Amino acid sequence: MPEAILTGAPARTAERAGPAPLMPLAARGLTLEVGGRTLIDGIDLTLAAGRTTMIMGPNGAGKSLLLKLLHGLTPPTAGRIEWGGHPLSPAIVRRQAMVFQKPVLLRRSVAANIDFVLRARSRRDRARRDALLDHVGLLGHAGQPARLLSGGEQQRLALARALATEPEVLFLDEPTASLDPASVLKIEEIVRTARGGGTRIVFVTHDVGQAKRLADDVVFIHRGRVAEHRRADDFFADPASAAARDYLAGRIVV
Amino acid sequence: MQAIGQALALALSLVLSGDGDLLEIVGLSLRVSLSATLVACALGLPLGALLAISRFPGRNAALIVVNALMGLPPVVVGLIVYLHLSRAGPLGFLGLLYTPTAMIIAQTILITPIVAALSRQVLEDLHGEYAEQFRSLCLSRTQTVGALVWDARYSLLTVGLAGFGRAVAEVGAVIIVGGNIDHLTRVMTTAIALETSKGDLPLALALGIVLMVIALGVNALVQGLRMTATRQAYA
Ligand SMILES: Nc1ncnc2c1ncn2[C@@H]1O[C@H](COP(=O)(O)OP(=O)(O)OP(=O)(O)O)[C@@H](O)[C@H]1O
Ligand SMILES: [Mg+2]
Repeated sequence: MPEAILTGAPARTAERAGPAPLMPLAARGLTLEVGGRTLIDGIDLTLAAGRTTMIMGPNGAGKSLLLKLLHGLTPPTAGRIEWGGHPLSPAIVRRQAMVFQKPVLLRRSVAANIDFVLRARSRRDRARRDALLDHVGLLGHAGQPARLLSGGEQQRLALARALATEPEVLFLDEPTASLDPASVLKIEEIVRTARGGGTRIVFVTHDVGQAKRLADDVVFIHRGRVAEHRRADDFFADPASAAARDYLAGRIVV
Repeated sequence: MQAIGQALALALSLVLSGDGDLLEIVGLSLRVSLSATLVACALGLPLGALLAISRFPGRNAALIVVNALMGLPPVVVGLIVYLHLSRAGPLGFLGLLYTPTAMIIAQTILITPIVAALSRQVLEDLHGEYAEQFRSLCLSRTQTVGALVWDARYSLLTVGLAGFGRAVAEVGAVIIVGGNIDHLTRVMTTAIALETSKGDLPLALALGIVLMVIALGVNALVQGLRMTATRQAYA
């Protein structure tokens, strides 16, 4: 039962005769220049429905920026993005959620951080909030100030809060970067559950094992470009780009 | 030296006995400055919020103006309000000159820029932190401002207290538009100025003591709020 509450998506699939599907995503010539530096350099990317895409690449490659562009938080300086054939709009962004690399938690209690999002979506519901907190193992911390949580707990709260909006697309920017091994597996389980409920997952990670466990396809970013975009099995068996080969072999890539 | 010692003793006895004149003056001071603070917050907070989260042409100019107005000399504010409220002035028909209302108006003008500028800073800092998350949630402007004001409530309270502290301690504006009329527009600062020049040191000192206690109390309150906020890690 809690699972149904948590993925949220099944209930929505039934009533989703209304809004057009968000997938596929098509980005064309996506470019971001800041102060004369080209940080994202003409990215073409197509993401099909019903999968988990892992985004990998060395530090500073542009993974976080790519997520922000796709989610509409940063306007590109050139190129376009279409979700389900429609240009990005607030109505589309509303159907997505993002967990930032550095979680942004409100200066409120753990529970109030979830309540805030539920209320913003006019779905305030204590049972649902508690189920979400329980899901990420934070029910015991409900009354505590969110900013006093440990780094890993903050990441788990940010994930629970993202799930509270019942997103159809979930962007996760290294959500397990400071988690202990058990919590990593727990988060992966939650992500799998969400994907099972129909949520499209776009997940940045440096953890090769994690990418192998979760990925349907891998987008490898290098210097603001897509070095390769392949089925996960193919990517890990035989990376095509030199940068990806070096990265997977643990050599420094710049 | 001995005269001062005697005056101080008299002053303390005035404070401790709850002298009628003293209480009247303190009461009016608090009424005027608290009213001015409330109005200044009602005007300055929305203005600060607007400047904090929106980008519009002329915003930078508005910021410069608001920041410059923070340093308005009280006597100049008093003079400007006087010119408007005096019989010959554009608002003279209201008959407000030398009333507590005139003093409230002058102090409001004096501290609204302070409230606006400080709350702008507080809200903009917090918005810098929350902005991306809020855009991801597609919050409306009202929801954004509501959340910022709520989460910054301790800091905003200290902003209000700063405004009150400035209002209750200023003398230049209220003496010009209030006139220090006994039983009508005498507040602590104007009474201190007058009684000192008249040589009635006990009353001046007694008012000085009360004013200091209020100033210290406001400071303690600000400190307390800060500590509460940090303790709860809301800051
Ligand atoms: N707002 C910005 N202004 C200017 N440069 C930026 C900005 N944001 C990011 N950058 C630069 O863009 C590059 C890519 O940043 P990004 O955060 O996307 O890297 P990343 O691939 O997520 O790296 P990591 O693995 O370390 O998280 C970096 O060199 C960074 O310095
Ligand atoms: Mg990153």
